Amino acid sequence: MAIRTEPSEPFRLLGQKIPYIEGPMKVTGRAEYTDDIHRPGMLVGKLLRSPWPHARLRRVNVERARAVPGVYAVLTGERYPTPFGVLPITRDETAIAVDRARYIGDIVAAVAARDERTAERALAAVEFEVDALPEYSDPRVGRVPVEAPIHAAGLRGSNLQKEVLQEFGAVDAAFQSAAAVVEVRASFAGVTHAFTEPHCTVAEATPDGRLTVWSATQVPHYLHRALSEVLGMPMHRIRVVKPEIGGAFGGKSDPLPHEIACAALALECGRPVKILFDREEVFYTNHGRHPTYNVVRVAASAEGQLRGYDIEAVIEGGAWSSFGTVTTYYNGVMAMGPYAVPNFRYKGQRVFTNRPPSGAMRAHGGTNIRYSVEVALDELAEQLDLDPFELRRRNALRPNSVTVNQFRITSTSFRKCLAAARDRSGWEEKFRKLPFGEGVGLGCGFYISGSNSPIHFTPKMPQCTVHLKADMDGGIAVHCMQADIGQGSNTLLAAIVAEVVGVELDRVHVTPVDSDITPVDIGSYSSRVTFMMGNAARKAAEAMRDRLLDAAHDLTGYPRELLHVGLERYEVAHRPELGVSYLDALHRAMESGGALQTTGAYTSPPMGGTFKGARAGTAPAYSFAAYVAQVRVDAETGIYRVLKVWAAFDCGRPLNRLAVEGQIEGSIHMGLGQLMGEAMEYRGTRLMNPALLDYKIPMPQQMPEVECLLVGDDDPEGPFGAKEAGEGPLVATLPAVANAIYDAVGVRCYDLPVTPDRLLKAIDRRRAAGTPWKDH
Amino acid sequence: MTSQPILRLRINGQPVETPAPPERILLDLLREDLRLTGTKRGCDLGTCGCCTVLLDGRPTLSCLTLAHLAEGREITTIEGVSTGTALHPVQRAFVDLGATQCGFCTPGFVLTAVALLRERPRPTRDQVVEAIAGNLCRCTGYTKIIEAIEAAARAAPG
Ligand code: FES
Ligand code: FES
Repeated sequence: MAIRTEPSEPFRLLGQKIPYIEGPMKVTGRAEYTDDIHRPGMLVGKLLRSPWPHARLRRVNVERARAVPGVYAVLTGERYPTPFGVLPITRDETAIAVDRARYIGDIVAAVAARDERTAERALAAVEFEVDALPEYSDPRVGRVPVEAPIHAAGLRGSNLQKEVLQEFGAVDAAFQSAAAVVEVRASFAGVTHAFTEPHCTVAEATPDGRLTVWSATQVPHYLHRALSEVLGMPMHRIRVVKPEIGGAFGGKSDPLPHEIACAALALECGRPVKILFDREEVFYTNHGRHPTYNVVRVAASAEGQLRGYDIEAVIEGGAWSSFGTVTTYYNGVMAMGPYAVPNFRYKGQRVFTNRPPSGAMRAHGGTNIRYSVEVALDELAEQLDLDPFELRRRNALRPNSVTVNQFRITSTSFRKCLAAARDRSGWEEKFRKLPFGEGVGLGCGFYISGSNSPIHFTPKMPQCTVHLKADMDGGIAVHCMQADIGQGSNTLLAAIVAEVVGVELDRVHVTPVDSDITPVDIGSYSSRVTFMMGNAARKAAEAMRDRLLDAAHDLTGYPRELLHVGLERYEVAHRPELGVSYLDALHRAMESGGALQTTGAYTSPPMGGTFKGARAGTAPAYSFAAYVAQVRVDAETGIYRVLKVWAAFDCGRPLNRLAVEGQIEGSIHMGLGQLMGEAMEYRGTRLMNPALLDYKIPMPQQMPEVECLLVGDDDPEGPFGAKEAGEGPLVATLPAVANAIYDAVGVRCYDLPVTPDRLLKAIDRRRAAGTPWKDH
Repeated sequence: MTSQPILRLRINGQPVETPAPPERILLDLLREDLRLTGTKRGCDLGTCGCCTVLLDGRPTLSCLTLAHLAEGREITTIEGVSTGTALHPVQRAFVDLGATQCGFCTPGFVLTAVALLRERPRPTRDQVVEAIAGNLCRCTGYTKIIEAIEAAARAAPG
C-alpha cells in the first residue's frame, strides 16, 4: 500500500499505476533480448580468459588456432590496442589484453567460429609464453610503492588509482569542541549485480562500410563512442542498437571489452558474430560494488547538532579504473546529505588489485558510506540519549540550501519521510520496547537524481534529446536513446507524451534504441533518466501540443487561449462540445509540412563549486529516504529475518507509482542481499563463487513486507515535480536493518555481510561480557 | 555432416520433428534449433529458473534436461501459455500488477505460476512462495510477483 499527498493538479496518467507498455511482450516471451537475435550466417564468438592473476604476455601464438577448420578469425590484443574506459580521464582497458593480463578472467584472445565447439577448440590451441608477475589482492597493502604496479598510471609507483583529499570548514576544531564523538569502522565485501540476463553482443559488418552492434548495454551512447575510438571508425558508420535488457543495475554501464572484441571479430571476418557469456564470465566481468573499508567519525554538540564528519575510505578497484575516480569521490561526498554538516573532511583511496574490476552498482558509491554514517548516528543518538528520529530531524538539510561543499539542495521532503516512517511503523511503541530478539531500526538515505555533468562532453550539449513524430495514422513515434533496462523508462516516456498531448497511451510508440534513429541520451546510470529524459520528453510533447492547439484554433476559430487539452480532443474551455478531435487537429497541422515533428532537450543548469572534484555528486536534485526495518533475531543461531520495512521515500512526485514501488521493493531486496549474505568471495586473487548457487541473492522467503510511503513534494525542476527512484531506495535498507538488529539483541555489526555466524559471534561476545540488553 | 537421429516431440500442442544428437539439451533445442526464444538462458546450470518449461504440466529446468527425455511428453513453453495475442490470466496479472520489470525471469515465473494454479487453484501465500523458490528475480524483490500470482488465483472462476 502506498500513501501520498494529493497531487496539486490532476493528471490523467501521471501519478497513477501505469503497467509497463512492453509488459505483454515480456510475459509472453516475445520481447527480444540480445541473445534472441539471429542473423543469417552468424558465427559464435568466444573469449579466452586469463588463468593468470598477473602476467606479462611475452608471446602469443595463434597459428594453430587459426588452422582449426571452421574458424573464421582469431584476435589478440595488438590488433586493436587503443585503450578505452568509461571515463575519458582513465582510459586503461583494451578490448583484448595487450602485453599484460591483470586478473583471472581477463580477456586474452577472441575467436569467431562456425559453432561453439569449434570456437572452444580454437581457444585451446592458442599458445602463450608468459612471465608471472607479483599478484596483489589486498587494497590496503597496495597503497605504497610495489614491485610490479598493475597499471603504469598507479600513483607514486603504487597500485593507487585515485586519491581524494577534501576538507571543508574547520574539522579539527569541530571535533575538539564537540560534546560527543562516535567512530565507526566498517568493512564491506564486494557484491555484484547478478542480473538474470548474461552479457551478450551481436555485431555485423556489412559491405556498405557500416558496422551494427546489438548489445545488452544500459549506456548505448558511451558504447558507441568506445567502439569508434578503439576500432578507428567514425561514429556515423557505426550503428548501436539496444534490445531489451534483462537487468543491468550498473553492470552494463561501462563499455565492456567483449562488446568491442565482438565488433572486431565481425569486422575481421565479414560475418555476423555473437558473443554470449556463460554465468561464470558474468561474475568475472563484475564491475560490481567496490569492496570497501571505511572509517566514519562524527562530532556533535550536546543537543545533537552535527558539528563535523571525518571520513576515510579505501576501496578496491580490481583490475581497471572503470568509474573508479567517481566512486572514490562518491564514497565521501554522498555523506553530504540528508543532514547539514558544517565541517567535513574526506580522504578516499581507490586501489587496483588483480581481481575482477569493480565499477558502478545501483546506488553507486553511496551505499557503504551511508551504512557507516547511519550506524554512527544510531550510536550517537544512544550516547546523547536522543531518539534516533529526533537526532535526524534536528539535522535535516533544509529546502533551498547549500551544503558545505556547495551541493545545491532544492527540494527535500526528508522531514516528511521521517514523520511518515515514524508514524506508520509504530516506532513509539516499539523502539527499545519489543522483547529481546525483536527490534526496529531507522536508516536514512540520500542520493543524486542524475549526475550534473555528462561524462563525455561539456554540459553545454543536452544530456537528453527526445524527438516526436506524429503522422497521418495518428500514432506518435517517440525517439530517444534512453535505455529501458526494466526500470520502466519506456513507459514513462510514453506516458508523459500521452499526458501532455492528450492522447490515449496506445497511440504512443517508443522506438527501440537505435543510434541511426534515436537522438542521444547518455544512458541509464546515476539515476538520471526520469529527471532528464522526463524534462526533455515534456518539452517535446508541449511543442507538439502547441502545434495541435494552433490547428484547433484554425479549425474552430476560437482564440488559442480558450482552447485546452481534453482526451483525444482540443476543446473550448467553457464549451467542451465545441472541440475538435486530435486527428482532425493533427491532419490540419500536417497541411503545411507533413508529419508533425517536435523536439525537446534537457541540459542541467550550472551548479557546484570550482575546486578540484567539485562536480562529483552535483545533481539537479536529490532523493531522500527514511526507512524503518523490523527484525526478529534468533539469538541462539544468529539467524534473523526482516519482517517489515516501512519505506518513506522522497522522489518528488511519483509519476508511475507501479514503477516506483517496484524500484523500492527491488532495491530493498538488493540491499538486503548485500547486508545479509552476498559476497564476492576470494582466496587471494581467485574468485571462489562465480555461480548463482554460491553467490546467493535473497530468496522470496527472506523478503520482508514492504510499505511504500511516497511523501515527496514536487521538485521545482523535475518533470511534473519528479525525482529519481531507481537507486536512492537502496541505501537506507542496510543501516535500517543493522540498527534494528542492535535494538533486537544489542550488538553492532561492522563487517558486511552480516551472516548468521558473524552475528552469533557478536551476540556471544556480548553475553560473555555479561552486558545485559533489554533485561536479557 | 553425419545424419542425426530425429527427435519426435510435442511442443505447445503441436508435433515437432527435428534432428538432434542424443546429448542435445532441451534448452538449446528450443532456443537454437526451433528458435522458441521465449525460454531464457540465465545460467545453464540449473540455478536461476529462467529456462523453466512445463513437462507434462510440471515446471522443469530445460537447461538440465536432455531433449530426448522429453520424447512422448507434452512440452509447454512460454509461447504456448496463451493463444493468439490474448494473455493468460497469470500473464495479465503480471502485466497489470508490475510483476515484470526487466522481464528476463518472467517466462519462467509465468510457467511456474501456471503449473501451480493448475494444481492448486487457491494457493496460500506460503504455497506461492514455495512454488517460486527455484526462480530467481533480481528486479522485483518478488513482492509483485507473489501479488500477481495471488491475484490470478482470485480472478480464476472458482
Ligand atoms: S538457465 Fe536453466 S536454471 Fe538457469
Ligand atoms: S524482472 Fe528482472 S529478473 Fe525478474
